[in-house]
Amino acid sequence: MVKITFIDTEGTARTVEGEVGSTVMETAINHGVPGIEAECGGACACSTCHVYVDEAWREKVGEPSPMETDMLDFAYGVQPNSRLSCQIKVREALDGLIVRTPERQA
Amino acid sequence: MSDPIKTDVVIIGAGPIGLFAVFELGLLDMKAHLIDILDKIGGQCAELYPEKPIYDIPGIPYTSAQGLVDALMQQIKPFNPQFHLNEMVEKVEKIGDPLFRVTTDLGKVFESKIVVIAAGGGSFQPKRPPIPGVEPYEGKSIFYAVRKMEPFRGKRILIVGGGDSALDWTLNLAPIAGHLTLLHRRSEFRAAPDSVNKMMALVGEGKIDLVLGQVTTLQGEQGQISKAVVKTNEGSVYEIACDVMLPFFGLTMKLGPVANWGFELKNNELIPVETAAFETSVPGIFAIGDINWYPGKLKLILSGFHEGALMAQKAHRYVYPEKRLVFQYTTSSTSLQKKLGVAPQPA
Repeated sequence: MVKITFIDTEGTARTVEGEVGSTVMETAINHGVPGIEAECGGACACSTCHVYVDEAWREKVGEPSPMETDMLDFAYGVQPNSRLSCQIKVREALDGLIVRTPERQA
Repeated sequence: MSDPIKTDVVIIGAGPIGLFAVFELGLLDMKAHLIDILDKIGGQCAELYPEKPIYDIPGIPYTSAQGLVDALMQQIKPFNPQFHLNEMVEKVEKIGDPLFRVTTDLGKVFESKIVVIAAGGGSFQPKRPPIPGVEPYEGKSIFYAVRKMEPFRGKRILIVGGGDSALDWTLNLAPIAGHLTLLHRRSEFRAAPDSVNKMMALVGEGKIDLVLGQVTTLQGEQGQISKAVVKTNEGSVYEIACDVMLPFFGLTMKLGPVANWGFELKNNELIPVETAAFETSVPGIFAIGDINWYPGKLKLILSGFHEGALMAQKAHRYVYPEKRLVFQYTTSSTSLQKKLGVAPQPA
């Protein structure tokens, strides 16, 4: 299991365990983490699972694909560290990952 | 108003469940018209994730979402369904027992013996842009769609987005605008390369402005926008004076007018049905697929197919009250095979 911490705009941190091979979005939904909507269910077809990746983790998480970057056009308050959490696969190397949820999901 | 289109069944929604309902209705001699707000057939499968895999259609280990839509279209071809795309059903009125008058936003009128709501997550509508405080301007000086160009003549127009809609309207409105600015988050565009080239040419000729950044706030009074405050990618803040803003941020699903048709909705978004025929509280109106609710409901395509089959049995009683319905299999029934246009198998 891989520990992932979601920090909301109030600063509340929630650390949950994600299964290797699933996605950061699925981890949030399965644990009822607020601030992630995932309207399309993980098809990279909306932008309602937007997160900011903690600077310390950006390199390990990597950059969005072109399709994901297109979809991020629809998100609110996009920053250089923005990702769609349905496109981040949980893997051992991400144990301890910290992401922040945005003020609102599109 | 033109004469109403008379039909056995109006199906609201041309997604996979609406399409398969055509098949089940067709086997029982009922003709269907389908109405969908999208410009294409296939609903979410075609609009949101055409390339995505589906693994849980019985007997089909793998298909793409568009592949499923294409296969359904082939399957229902013998029944010659009529499609009305780019139209949204606004009103469903009961005018008989049962007989319904169905009116679309384009003013098209249908008279239908039964109505099948297969609207999935609702209708696709333009997405509200991720800009705080946009609501008071909507429909007054901020528009999510362009119906007529003339009202924009001479205006200072700000178009936001990087897809085909944003680029198409940039090209179409540039010749009549007083001034036009295209604002996009980044220098890559999702739109067709040809449109992007044409847009860049206009920028090069000094005919329009291109700004890279995101809108942070709006200024204006009583719904009339005066300027948009934009944060550029370098972090500087920039103001764009405008009379009209056209944000193009894609589509989202909203329940839409279904909410006003008098059903007591479950969780404000689902239409409760009984599970013998998936009929709503109004006799003659059925709801199948993701839009309905009953105890144990699963939002699966296969559930919607089942619901369509049972719906058709009950629908037959309304459309042909005098006819007895004999249950038959496509494998063995020569009459069903005739309807499907396949030769009966030799014994």
